[in-house]
Amino acid sequence: MTRAEEEVVIHERKTLGFWIYLMTDCVLFAALFATFAVLKNATAGAHGGPELFDLPFVLIETIILLTSSFTIGMALLGSVRGYKKQTFIWLFVTFALGIVFLSMELYEFMVLISEGYGPQRSAFLSSYFTLVATHGIHIAIGLLWMAVVIVRLWRHNFKKTDINRLALLGLFWHFLDIIWIFIFSFVYLIGGMA
Amino acid sequence: MFESIQQIVFGRLTFEDFIHEPIMAGAGIGMVGALFAVIIGLTFFKKWKWLWHNWITALDPKKIGIMYLIVAAIMLFRGLADALLLRAQQATNGSAELLNSDHFQQIFSAHGSIMIFFVGMGVIFGIFNLIVPSQIGSRDVAFPFLNSVSFWLFAVGMILINMPMVVGEFSNAGWLAYPPLSGLEYNPGVGVDYWIWALQISGIGSLLSGINFFTTIIKMRAPGMTLMKMPIFTWSVLMSTSLIMFAFPILTVTLGLLALDRTLGMHFFTTMAGGNPMMYINLIWAWGHPEVYILVLPAFGIFSEVVATFSKKRIFGYTSMVIALVAIAFLSFTVWLHHFFTMGAGADVNTLFGIMTMVIAIPTGVKVFNWIFTMYRGRVDFKTPMLWFMGFIVTFTLGGLAGVMMSVPAVDFQFHNSLFLVAHFHTMIVGGVLFGAFAGFAYWFPKFTGFMLNERLGRYAFWFWIVGFLLAFVPLYILGFMGATRRLDHYDPSLGWQGLFIVAGIGVMLICVGVFFQLLQIVYSVIKRKENPAGSDPWDARTLEWATNSPPAEYVFATIPTVTTRDAFWEMKQTKKKPTEPEYEDIWLPKNSGAGIIIGLFVLIFSGAIVWHMWWLAVLGLLGAIVTTIIKLSDDEPDYKLTAAKIAKHELKLKLKLQEKTV
Amino acid sequence: MRKDKKTIFKRVAQVVISSLVALSIIGVLVFVTQGRDMPVLDTHGTIANQQRDLILLTFGLGLLVVIPVLVMLFSIAWRYRAGNKKAKYQPEFDGHLGLEALWWGIPCIIIIVLAIITYVSTHALDPYKSIESKTEALKVQVISLEWKWLFIYPDKGVATLNYLNIPEDTPIDMTITSDAPMNSFWVPALAGQVYSMTGMSTKLHLMADTVGSYKGTSANISGEGFADMRFTVNSMTSDNFSKWVIEAANSKNALSKDSYAQLAKQSKNDGEKTYMLMNNGLYNEIVMKYMSHQAADKPADTKIDTTETHQMDHMDHDMSGMDM
Repeated sequence: MTRAEEEVVIHERKTLGFWIYLMTDCVLFAALFATFAVLKNATAGAHGGPELFDLPFVLIETIILLTSSFTIGMALLGSVRGYKKQTFIWLFVTFALGIVFLSMELYEFMVLISEGYGPQRSAFLSSYFTLVATHGIHIAIGLLWMAVVIVRLWRHNFKKTDINRLALLGLFWHFLDIIWIFIFSFVYLIGGMA
Repeated sequence: MFESIQQIVFGRLTFEDFIHEPIMAGAGIGMVGALFAVIIGLTFFKKWKWLWHNWITALDPKKIGIMYLIVAAIMLFRGLADALLLRAQQATNGSAELLNSDHFQQIFSAHGSIMIFFVGMGVIFGIFNLIVPSQIGSRDVAFPFLNSVSFWLFAVGMILINMPMVVGEFSNAGWLAYPPLSGLEYNPGVGVDYWIWALQISGIGSLLSGINFFTTIIKMRAPGMTLMKMPIFTWSVLMSTSLIMFAFPILTVTLGLLALDRTLGMHFFTTMAGGNPMMYINLIWAWGHPEVYILVLPAFGIFSEVVATFSKKRIFGYTSMVIALVAIAFLSFTVWLHHFFTMGAGADVNTLFGIMTMVIAIPTGVKVFNWIFTMYRGRVDFKTPMLWFMGFIVTFTLGGLAGVMMSVPAVDFQFHNSLFLVAHFHTMIVGGVLFGAFAGFAYWFPKFTGFMLNERLGRYAFWFWIVGFLLAFVPLYILGFMGATRRLDHYDPSLGWQGLFIVAGIGVMLICVGVFFQLLQIVYSVIKRKENPAGSDPWDARTLEWATNSPPAEYVFATIPTVTTRDAFWEMKQTKKKPTEPEYEDIWLPKNSGAGIIIGLFVLIFSGAIVWHMWWLAVLGLLGAIVTTIIKLSDDEPDYKLTAAKIAKHELKLKLKLQEKTV
Repeated sequence: MRKDKKTIFKRVAQVVISSLVALSIIGVLVFVTQGRDMPVLDTHGTIANQQRDLILLTFGLGLLVVIPVLVMLFSIAWRYRAGNKKAKYQPEFDGHLGLEALWWGIPCIIIIVLAIITYVSTHALDPYKSIESKTEALKVQVISLEWKWLFIYPDKGVATLNYLNIPEDTPIDMTITSDAPMNSFWVPALAGQVYSMTGMSTKLHLMADTVGSYKGTSANISGEGFADMRFTVNSMTSDNFSKWVIEAANSKNALSKDSYAQLAKQSKNDGEKTYMLMNNGLYNEIVMKYMSHQAADKPADTKIDTTETHQMDHMDHDMSGMDM
């Protein structure tokens, strides 16, 4: 096996390993979802989801994140075909959307906390904050990763290894999108209904 | 003013936290002293460079495996010392005033956590690292650097769990730290935080290792080795790592939530504001029961290899063995509730989980029968690994009997949390996991050192272990019938339990003698190594790892073998194919990297700082770990080339050396 | 020839020594066990009696597998030892459909039998199920505290600490809760255990079939004084029990809300105490205070309160530290 062939094999290996990691992350989120389901009604006399959630606001968050999933797909296509400018534009758009999403989430948290509905208030709020913030931390890690990939693509002029990295980042980003759809449906939609 | 600055800088750490009771202080001083002795020794003999280049930065799984085994061995001594103290306290019924209640509780919590996380997990990952790649005909694991990170996270966890001997205190809430006892309300100190972070960090290491070895087995098998041609040990690792992948994220979440309760005042498991302590017990056992099988399946795999090799016969019922492994792995997720039948879940739920538990006995029983029939019409050579195998079957069937009894909920009401239960799980874990590890150690030792272990000392060790083991745990079964619960630092003397506790204490001492013989065996064998060279295949074994040199070269296989049947190496020997002059190719191997230990140290700073509430330091530690990771992952040239010419030269040298020895 | 003799001598010595070791171990175990009380087997309650029978039954069923396994293990290992060249050697013999069907099948049958036993016994011996009897059941409320047991007889106006008097042949309906970390209520001679948990009310039914004193304990670690969480259950004739109730109801110790708050504080080795019950709803109040809908609102327990506010202070400091 030549080194070039071996590098392809190594990338395949990394892709499989990354898929498996994503699956373990799925289990992690599943445990958090289960926790949320158990504690959903443990509001300790304070407000629950229907009173606290601002559904239109969250819907905008959702649309932003879904759009970013599309834009990172465009960036990936561009990088594979060698359209450098397109890649950078779409990556910047994705990054910006990610930042907006994260800021909106933080804003939502700040509002809740300032109104006295912080995670210490009740078991329901503890589980809500923890589940949503865990997703948010993943997004933040994704953004950091994206920044590194952008810098590397620019400095190393679209090296094969960096395009591979971008492909894995794409997987990660889509995965977070799917998790968010679950959060949106179970936490906000079902949990937000009276 | 001064106090608040002190609090910002040092969190809740004060000078008093360094002061301990005599026994603890002695242990702590001893530990620090030993550490200093090692440091001075390394400096004196100018070995720092050697240590750094050959071990600390190594990405070679053979070296990482040995490091795992060394850590696990040291932790076995710690756990055993804890066990001795516990039994001494109980044998004297507290009259010797060795330990007060709190200290006693810290020690059994440490004993359990250390034995499972740092001995059990340590030995299985050590053996995975040493055996799996070469057994599937591969040179390395899928992600060598990740492997190093996993090891260092494991090591960091080990440091955290031992740190209370020097500063602060350990958890007194048992090895699974049920809330509310482990919550802020009843346990405001640092003990439970140490427990959480030691397990959290090493648990994340285990999860990463699980992903790594699963990918390795799926992607890196030698050409021709289909799934149903894999050695049973590899199958057991595949199942064990899939359990890790499904179970360990649950542990991460559970410990994380408990940490949030304790550090940020949230209400997952508190008794107030809607918190639900029962949910913790469900979550921790949803990880905890599979964990038992994560440990014991590889041991099953080891025994499968050992019994086939020493019976000079194929494993009996290969397909059954594989089906049984898969079935056990699957079922292990469906039985967690049997750990708390007494919580009042209702008869239907208890019945369901009771029956699921019994069902596991079927595939396990099939494995036992198949092992026994592997010896049938074989030529069984009772070397030390086989002795451990025999000991394992005896203890495991007896422990299994106790397990089946307790799977009936109405029976469990009388045995739950009694010493009967304690005896049961020690029979399974010591008799299963530890005996398996010892069998594997004796079996594979020559492969990785190039010389044999002394048989006679190994036999002595075995006999002391097995007799000590029976003496240590049979009394506990009896005490269970007498109504003795676990974790008692003293008891009503009129009950007449003391005699049995004394016998149990003597049992632990005999086990210590067994461990002494194991140490002696290693030291003696190292000294006499010139007289007992192993050669590449001392046991006339069956699987691919024996097709390498002893010890294997860094690249393990000069050329990757092609597999056509099960027991690939046995087949090669049978067909006696004349090895054609091999054509060597250039190969790439990972460069050493210090990033693993650096990340580990930053994580140590991060988690230690959280335990003591030094927030600024925690942020620094986290940043350090992230930056190091980014720098390391940005390295596009992690591998170096070993040219075909170099390999040819090295192989020739090895061949000449071998001839020299035989002449 | 001489060498042979030597090895035979060695073998004999090995066998003699190992049998002596085995015999002495058994001897020692018998010596330290004989004459001791074994409440799990020597039972005195309706429930515990049935649990004992079940223990023996499952043990017997298990032996049906364990004994053949051990016999096969040692006989096959001995017969096919490397030194025995007379034994058949068949290195390719790696499967036999009939044999494998046998050891998939037999355990399956045993487990089916055991599953039926499990279904029946789990429902029959469900701790939540009341015991059928002509005598009317006696209600007892059990509260585990740090580190003692409080028993309340709500219908008798009596409460006891660390001992429980019950009439023989009378079903006892117990509701169990905790005002402390989780404990487990266990009187092995009468019935298996059930957890006691805060904010929860678990149930246990038991009935003593003879007069006598039985030891009870907490089976779940609950903090420093856990080992001292022992109590005695005295089963007595119903006449004696009635007499005792009258006596106890006139006890000079009163259990009111205030005296309970004192009692609930951490303490060890409190000994046995008898109270006149002032507050019939005490048990429910203790359960309900953990289900209170006031967020993070602590009960009026001084010990907990102080540590909690202390913690909170810490937290504020630390948080500001993090912001910097």
